[in-house]
Amino acid sequence: MTDVPVTRAAVAVPGTGLRKLLRRRQDDQEAAARLSPLWTFVAWLATLAFFAPVAWMVLTSFHQEADAATNPPTPFASLTFDQYRLLFSRDITPFLLNSAMASVISTLLVLAFAVPTAYALSIKPVQKWTDVMFFFLSTKFLPAIAALLPVYLIVKDAGMLDNVWTLIVLYTAMNLPIAVWMMRSFLAEVPKEILEAAEVDGAGLLTVLWRIVAPVAAPGLAATSLICFIFSWNEFMFAVNLTATNASTAPVFLVGFITSEGLFLARLCAAATLVSLPVLIAGFAAQDKLVRGLSLGAVK
Amino acid sequence: MTTLTAPPTTAPPPSRTRSSGGAGKWKRRLPLLPALVFTIVVTQLPFVATIVISTFQWNILKPGDRHFVGLSNFTFVFTDERLRTAVLNTVVLTASVVLISVLLGLGLAMLLDRRFVGRGLARTMLIAPFLVMPVAAALLWKHAIYNPDYGLLNGTLNAVYRLFGAANGPTVDWVSSYPMPAVVVSLVWQWTPFMMLILLAGLQAQPGDVLEAARVDGASALATFRHITLPHLRQYIELGILLGTIYVVQTFDAVYTITQGGPGSQTTNLPYEIYLTMFRKYEYGQAAAAGVVVVLGSIVIATFALRTIASLFREEVSR
Repeated sequence: MTDVPVTRAAVAVPGTGLRKLLRRRQDDQEAAARLSPLWTFVAWLATLAFFAPVAWMVLTSFHQEADAATNPPTPFASLTFDQYRLLFSRDITPFLLNSAMASVISTLLVLAFAVPTAYALSIKPVQKWTDVMFFFLSTKFLPAIAALLPVYLIVKDAGMLDNVWTLIVLYTAMNLPIAVWMMRSFLAEVPKEILEAAEVDGAGLLTVLWRIVAPVAAPGLAATSLICFIFSWNEFMFAVNLTATNASTAPVFLVGFITSEGLFLARLCAAATLVSLPVLIAGFAAQDKLVRGLSLGAVK
Repeated sequence: MTTLTAPPTTAPPPSRTRSSGGAGKWKRRLPLLPALVFTIVVTQLPFVATIVISTFQWNILKPGDRHFVGLSNFTFVFTDERLRTAVLNTVVLTASVVLISVLLGLGLAMLLDRRFVGRGLARTMLIAPFLVMPVAAALLWKHAIYNPDYGLLNGTLNAVYRLFGAANGPTVDWVSSYPMPAVVVSLVWQWTPFMMLILLAGLQAQPGDVLEAARVDGASALATFRHITLPHLRQYIELGILLGTIYVVQTFDAVYTITQGGPGSQTTNLPYEIYLTMFRKYEYGQAAAAGVVVVLGSIVIATFALRTIASLFREEVSR
């Protein structure tokens, strides 16, 4: 703050200073008001530039192949659902089901592990609870690629290659630190006084959890599950290396479908749109909590 | 409330005295044990295995020839031309993606930190790139945008050229001619929204009274930004850079999909090189040694990241 006043105000001469200052402020505000539409325009321009590839993907997915691969592009070609129909007749369904199973079950497991952990880190904290928090976080920082070889060897020995449950276990471990951090930051918002009052009144653990903790933590629980779902649904490295035909997930379908069928641009766009749709919906739903999850609860 | 930062010794411990030591402590620890055991088994044991494997000569194409070789795989990792290229590519890829997306994210965050018509919609549209499945995004860029014959980029150039009366636009093969920038641009597109979200949260957490005071004092917009907003944003920028680095260093999808590390090894980063060593050369010992090196590198970055998160965390706990 100390360096700030070295601006126009400091130049103001006594006597005429105040009037001049006021006029300056007025000028500034007018300038800001005049610039405001410009900045709004820039903001929208930038937004549209970033959104354009997504819009192009969705638009192309509703075109015929012949209209998709034209130069110059033909955005106003007639629309069709053919590409989506073809995708389902080409058996994208098992891949989507594998993805759904891997992400939903791993998310449920993550919550089953993370909620009690977060409880023991916030409501009834163990000793050195911050150390425990940082242990969980540090596992998130280890690159998954370094674990790929041992995981591959162990999974192969156990006869668990090409099995959705293998992915479920890995995704659970991958998302657990995020969930612990997020859930702790939500549970920390449960008012301590009410918890103590309930305990003094002799309320049982279940009553406390159900009547006091759950109402405060429910939105956090929803946000946490959406973020875990997003990361599992999008995971590619383990999925492509540990599955073959039975347990492959949606991203593996995408790359496999390019190599096996050659390039069908419109159908590729339809597949890309279809597999991204659940995450787009989950992400838009969790928008307000997204940043909290991505920053591991550090930023609200 | 600052006492909470050191809970084991200074937090009021009524229940500890009540439950008289051991049993009470374990009762408190019980809820977190399953998660702790699970995490150690699934995430720590593989790394122990990686370290052990890294000391073996082990190629599954030569089954009888598996033996202990000490640190010679590490000698290989540090002297191999391909791996050195991979390290360099990883640094270039990560640094450019993170820095460009932080800058763009900062610009977008400042544009969105104002009231205007449709701000909520603009924010929703801006986070969409981050939510598109990374593999889908990579394929989209490779085929629908960079394709030399009918990609959006050349198609638009062509349309613009024709608009101005030229016969045809240039036909640039973006991925072959500019492999690294092609990968970087697609990743910047995905990561900018992430940076924007963190920085926007930072901007909105700025104390309004300080900004108001600066305005009353007649500080210009630029001075306010330099002396108030930027120092305030610093830890958010750091957090964005560190988290971004941790995620982007691990980039596998985009390299696998857009360039497959090529042409030659121009875009092969460490994760992709380790993958090739493992599943194309079947040199398990070397792959494990490279993995250990990557982990050590990550620990360095993670130490800084953890420190930044810890300072934000202390602020939150003491609030």
